[in-house]
Amino acid sequence: MTEKKQDRINIHEYLAELEDIPGTRVYTAARARKGYHINQFAMSLMKAENRDRFKADERAYLDEWDISEEAKQALLKRDYNTLLDLGGNVYFLSKLFSTDGISFAEAVSTMTEYSFPEYRDMMLKGGRSPEGNRSIKGGY
Amino acid sequence: MARITAGVASSHVPLLGVAVDQGKTNDDYFGPIFKGYEWTKEWEKQEKPDVVILVYNDHASAFDMKIVPTFAIGCGEHYKSADEGWGPRPVPDVVGDPDLAWHIAQSLILEEFDMTIINEMDVDHGLTVPLSMMFGQPDEWPVKVVPLAVNVVTYPVPSGNRCWALGEAIKRAVESYPEDLNVQIWGTGGMSHQLQGPRAGLLNREWDNKFLDMLEQPNDDARWIPHIEYLRETGSEGIEMVMWLIMRGALGQKVKSLHRHYHIPCSNTAIGHLVLEPDESETQEKEAA
Repeated sequence: MTEKKQDRINIHEYLAELEDIPGTRVYTAARARKGYHINQFAMSLMKAENRDRFKADERAYLDEWDISEEAKQALLKRDYNTLLDLGGNVYFLSKLFSTDGISFAEAVSTMTEYSFPEYRDMMLKGGRSPEGNRSIKGGY
Repeated sequence: MARITAGVASSHVPLLGVAVDQGKTNDDYFGPIFKGYEWTKEWEKQEKPDVVILVYNDHASAFDMKIVPTFAIGCGEHYKSADEGWGPRPVPDVVGDPDLAWHIAQSLILEEFDMTIINEMDVDHGLTVPLSMMFGQPDEWPVKVVPLAVNVVTYPVPSGNRCWALGEAIKRAVESYPEDLNVQIWGTGGMSHQLQGPRAGLLNREWDNKFLDMLEQPNDDARWIPHIEYLRETGSEGIEMVMWLIMRGALGQKVKSLHRHYHIPCSNTAIGHLVLEPDESETQEKEAA
């Protein structure tokens, strides 16, 4: 569990390792930069008046933001895995979950291979095992 | 002089706040989780801390992507419960301790921890859920709170070593405060969970319990766990556990474990809870000799 501390962390090795986890998009600086306006759009939904405007005409509200067409489509479809690829972060996107009135767990389940009842069932049985899910390269 | 008398670690899952606010803490789902906090609730009534230094992370509530402070300390008079998209939690306002908070902030900066100072902000479930778990539903919180917000969302987050060292510096800062105060430090968040991507739902009972074991030991091995290990073993959001290291670092080398609780699942997350007390018996014996 513990290793002796390296004298200095090599930033390139550090960042490369973050990309080696199956089914995971670590919210790196590169993603934070790419997804800046997606996340700031999501933040705007913290205000009730913005939620109302968004719900009245989602497309028109999205057009007020400096967001790519691909990201707008993903937002309209609630395609959260694509949004993660485009730099969205789940804590920001969760403002959209609550605007839609769905629970965090239900929204999370849409990113997995399971339906929400199946996902809930997996969690009750102890969750997803880390076995085989730790490293893409290492396959362990 | 002020003293850090205990450290408390706890998950801060938002659904626990919902359970408290909607009176569901005894049902089949939440009952086993809340049962593990009964001991602590009684203990807190005896201990009567004056102040809690509450280490937590903001979940896109007070901070958005405009400003991302690595370590931020709340020096304000009071903080309101944040609206996280469902309306604010119906909990009392959190009362700060600006004198102590500014003392800690100044001490930390002089120790080369370049803290961000916050005078006004709302606090989200990361801070209010642990208060509810430890104190239930009082009309007013029975303690003042010094919020200490850590960036555990945008990478790189602070290293385990840096968090531990911050805890050590907080201990020195508290002990140089002239007022006679009973101060606790709480580390919140975790344990294993992943809220994003096809790997979402990952939990790791074995690793979590090894981590709990480590924090009970009279050494600082846990500070050297690299980020990648938290990510691989405990899910992308398991990294919140670095905040527990700030709490543990503030307790000194040896601790007495008073209470421990672990439960799977709460929504997407493994619940972990630990109550530790600094054990300075050996040090005192040495000093006496």
